[in-house]
Amino acid sequence: MTQAELVCPAGTPAALRTAVDAGADAVYCGFRNATNARNFPGLNFTPEELAEAVAYAHRGGAKVLLALNTYPPAGKTALWREAAETGARLGVDAFIVADMGVADHVARTHPGTRLHLSVQAAASSPEAIRYYCESFGVRRVVLPRILTIPEIRAIRKEIPCEIETFVFGNHGLMVEGRCSLTNYVTGQSTNMDGVCSPASDVEYVRSADGSMSSCLGGVTIDRFAPDEKAGYPTICKGRYLAPHRAEGYYAFEEPVSLNLARMLPELVAAGVHAFKIEGRQRSKSYVRSVVSAFRRAVDDIRAGVAPDLADLVALTEGQKETQGAFRTKKWR
Amino acid sequence: MSEPDTPAASPAITLPATGLARLGARAAPLVCLLLQPLLGRIVGQVASRHPELFDRLGEHRTTDYVIDPLDLPFALHLRPDPRALVLRAVPRDREPVAGATIRGRFLLLLQLVDAQEDGDAVFFSRDLTVTGNTEAVVRLRNALDDMDGSLAEETAAMFGAPGRAVLAQLRRRYEDQAGGTLA
Repeated sequence: MTQAELVCPAGTPAALRTAVDAGADAVYCGFRNATNARNFPGLNFTPEELAEAVAYAHRGGAKVLLALNTYPPAGKTALWREAAETGARLGVDAFIVADMGVADHVARTHPGTRLHLSVQAAASSPEAIRYYCESFGVRRVVLPRILTIPEIRAIRKEIPCEIETFVFGNHGLMVEGRCSLTNYVTGQSTNMDGVCSPASDVEYVRSADGSMSSCLGGVTIDRFAPDEKAGYPTICKGRYLAPHRAEGYYAFEEPVSLNLARMLPELVAAGVHAFKIEGRQRSKSYVRSVVSAFRRAVDDIRAGVAPDLADLVALTEGQKETQGAFRTKKWR
Repeated sequence: MSEPDTPAASPAITLPATGLARLGARAAPLVCLLLQPLLGRIVGQVASRHPELFDRLGEHRTTDYVIDPLDLPFALHLRPDPRALVLRAVPRDREPVAGATIRGRFLLLLQLVDAQEDGDAVFFSRDLTVTGNTEAVVRLRNALDDMDGSLAEETAAMFGAPGRAVLAQLRRRYEDQAGGTLA
């Protein structure tokens, strides 16, 4: 059996401490700048905060994985070099990278620190993953959420590194690291600026009948009836009118969260080394609830008993959950 | 940012049996007047104990937030500027022009301030309404969420045993009403 490491999100130092206290084996986080793909206002860590966070996590037996998972614009790599230097100096346990240039820099400059390949690299074939392993010494790949468990099992047999899969949270199915929808509407880049649907461009408008419209950069991307559950204001999960449809429909994805709690034993059997919980933008309350639930489930699996699974649907986007492509390619 | 109407309370929201709620809108000016010394003391204490929270607010330290507990007869006006802190109760017909407005049941807002509920989850469920500058709201949420300890308990402790008893009662009521997820 693989180790089934539990990798948990932290958008703030308090969230990191909450994750460690709730039983995280590893916590991933980022700096307050464009070097990570959750560069949201009021979120993330200063170098001083990261130093304290690393010390706290290590005292609690947890690792800290630093997300450097955005793509530096050409000729503007100083921020990423500085972030890698700071992370290595502070003793982070791994860098999570997406860009080949960042991977190459870290591999050459900080060879003592593990490299994990971010989902933002969208490496989903054995050939792609092996390339990153052989070229940059990548030790773990975070797989895109588009593969079935039999496909994951087959990939595991053909690659020389560990596999990490998302098990809870955002159900992103775009070709990650390549999505330009936010850039198209706002001019800011998810992949280079680290902002998907920047809050400064988001507006919620309530109508007299109690319905609510969510808008990004002046573009209405969904309209929720008074009692309808809402989702994130992202273009990929917007509901649109089209000539061939009588009503608005989800053209790309739906506001629904991934929840693989019931598939954990199958994932372990398929050779998955680490389970990732999405949600660095979420609260301590979310971190406490989700990490605790998955901690108990993973411990049950390690002990060889059926996991006791808490109901987490209240924390899901649109208050709906799915096993997505992990169960079947026909999930939608 | 536009706010085209004054939203009504969600049908799912029920008034808690608090004395304040029973007083109604007509008594709001008097209630606000009486609450002011208390609110001033609370915000001063929080600012002195948690100076780090202002850093995450960035430029929105000077934003005027209206925090509107739908089941109370008044709203709260917050301007988290460490040089000139403002937290005051205002009757609904005298609300300032808000940079951002956050609406929900009082006990839910209390749980959010205390990091006992997840802001995204209650937004998804439509129990929380946000209008105005979304970045200001996100920054305030993240600043409060990074605070250690319990703001509600700190505030209750300022008023000794009676304060703690009131808080315990409010939390029990929240659990009874909403099936809350208190840890």
